[in-house]
Amino acid sequence: MLHRSKYKVLSEGIIECLIRVCGISAVVFVFAIFLFVFWEGKGLIFSGEFEFWKFLTTKEWYPASESNPRYGVSALIAGTVSVTVLAMVIAVPFGLGVALFISEFCSPKLKETLKIVIELLAAIPSVVWGFIGLTIMNQLIMKLFGAPIGLTVLNGAIILALMSVPIIVSIGEDALQAVPDSYREAGIGLGVTRWQMVYKVLLPAAKNGLLAAVLLGVGRAIGETMAVLMATGHAVHIPFNAEFPYLHGLDSVRTLTATIAAELGETARDSSHYQVLFIIGILLFTITFVVNLTADLIVKGVKGK
Amino acid sequence: MIEPKNNASRFTETAIGRKKQFTERIAKFVFLLMTLAMVVPLLLIVGFLLYKAWPALSIDFVFELPKNGMREGGIWPAFLGTLYLVLISLVIAAPIGVMAAIYLNEYAKENWFTRIINLAVINLAGVPSIVHALFGLGAFVLFAGLGRSVLAASLTLAVMTLPVIIASTKEALSAVPMSFRQASWNMGVSRWQTIRGIVMPNSVSGILTGIILQVSRAAGETAPIMFTGVVFYKAVDKGDLLAYGLLDQCMALAMHLYTISTQVPGVPDAVPFATAVILLGVVLLVNALSIVLRIYIRTHRKW
Repeated sequence: MLHRSKYKVLSEGIIECLIRVCGISAVVFVFAIFLFVFWEGKGLIFSGEFEFWKFLTTKEWYPASESNPRYGVSALIAGTVSVTVLAMVIAVPFGLGVALFISEFCSPKLKETLKIVIELLAAIPSVVWGFIGLTIMNQLIMKLFGAPIGLTVLNGAIILALMSVPIIVSIGEDALQAVPDSYREAGIGLGVTRWQMVYKVLLPAAKNGLLAAVLLGVGRAIGETMAVLMATGHAVHIPFNAEFPYLHGLDSVRTLTATIAAELGETARDSSHYQVLFIIGILLFTITFVVNLTADLIVKGVKGK
Repeated sequence: MIEPKNNASRFTETAIGRKKQFTERIAKFVFLLMTLAMVVPLLLIVGFLLYKAWPALSIDFVFELPKNGMREGGIWPAFLGTLYLVLISLVIAAPIGVMAAIYLNEYAKENWFTRIINLAVINLAGVPSIVHALFGLGAFVLFAGLGRSVLAASLTLAVMTLPVIIASTKEALSAVPMSFRQASWNMGVSRWQTIRGIVMPNSVSGILTGIILQVSRAAGETAPIMFTGVVFYKAVDKGDLLAYGLLDQCMALAMHLYTISTQVPGVPDAVPFATAVILLGVVLLVNALSIVLRIYIRTHRKW
């Protein structure tokens, strides 16, 4: 009978222990993120002057006012919502269209090339996107629409759309690939065209996965910081009103993320301005958490079948 | 008897059939247009950036110090800072990420706890970058007392890029066939020895792909390092490779691009464009490397 040395048994025990510790690291970090962001913002939450409902629903954002600082984020939420919604109006049809084209309509060689291009598109850093918005898109929008300034909802939305399309394409393509080939063969065998097969068979079969792809795109758009900070013009403003077209694409706005990035550097620690920025952080964390959780549940629902 | 002109007319053409073929062509065309609409702007944008950056772009631009309030000269301190941040965050994130993936793929049983870990990985990837910045500020800069430093910024980047490494390592590990492990276990080899001797060597290039992707991600991020250690300007000596200490503040390429394009007035056009091109070039090159590696793995797989 061979015996392994005590040293070897011990070192193996240590390494397995280490692996288990690292295994739960992601859970630890997610909790830590919430805890630390909450910790820095808690002073204001428990100060008694802070009313969460007022924080969410008023639109006066004057955090630096000496005499009467007011923290209302509804205009910032409107900024985030407007940019995200318009970005998704562009990105969802394009993302799903490209996913369908890559998955169903093109040759294997073209498919490989397109997937690489999409991957490179996804790799472009957000600050470079922001810079493109600040320079190229800005000029373009001023020329095309005769707007006085091109740093608008539309600018941010186009940039965000280009950023979220790769996510929608890659997750959407996975969802389409997950549909068994026998579904396709059954359709084609009945003499339908590819488009009829896609429309009547593939889309219903892959709809949950495609929905998850869209949600992950939304999550990315809500959380994006640098690109919208540089491209949307930085005005605290609600771009919605009751008249057609309801959403004014040529207004400048400011999003939740951009506000933190722009103002955190100027605030003193433990001032209420500093703390309110952390509360916005908690808000963002919660929103993206819910969006990602929903996407995951939808995907898992598919696999459970 | 009338000879059919071609294959298509051998069948009776009906109105429905024509309509069907017509829609098919339209659909295909629309999808092709959509794809072009995604690919063409990418090429146009890169071309335009290169065109605008051309006057300032040179090898010297990378190795020169910025002059005249960053309006002239090069980007060396920022380039070096990015190198530091990327390498240190890599050293922190790679072992944790790889081991976490080993746990998830080799040790974890299929139960609610594993499901929670997987959920946490997905959510960690989905947390907005600016929230990571707030976390880095609260946890590393203030709580751990590191101050705004290279180390604090690298730690923030490491936490942020962890999911990238976990996801791709997991994929690489799960590509190793189960029979390899079973063969090893049957010889009486322990779990960890199997992982080290059989699973890891067979998936090392896949793991490497994930690590390269982490580098590309870390090099491009701005928001998480903004408040945790990167500053607008820091004087370093030309060509000094050890310019930053672990607890020093530093400059970074992504932050430098943000600064000179929004905060500094009177910068000549070509300078921010050249900085953008260098940043984009670095990130895309690193990504291309991982793509090449992946294609290599696929064509040289042993099983």
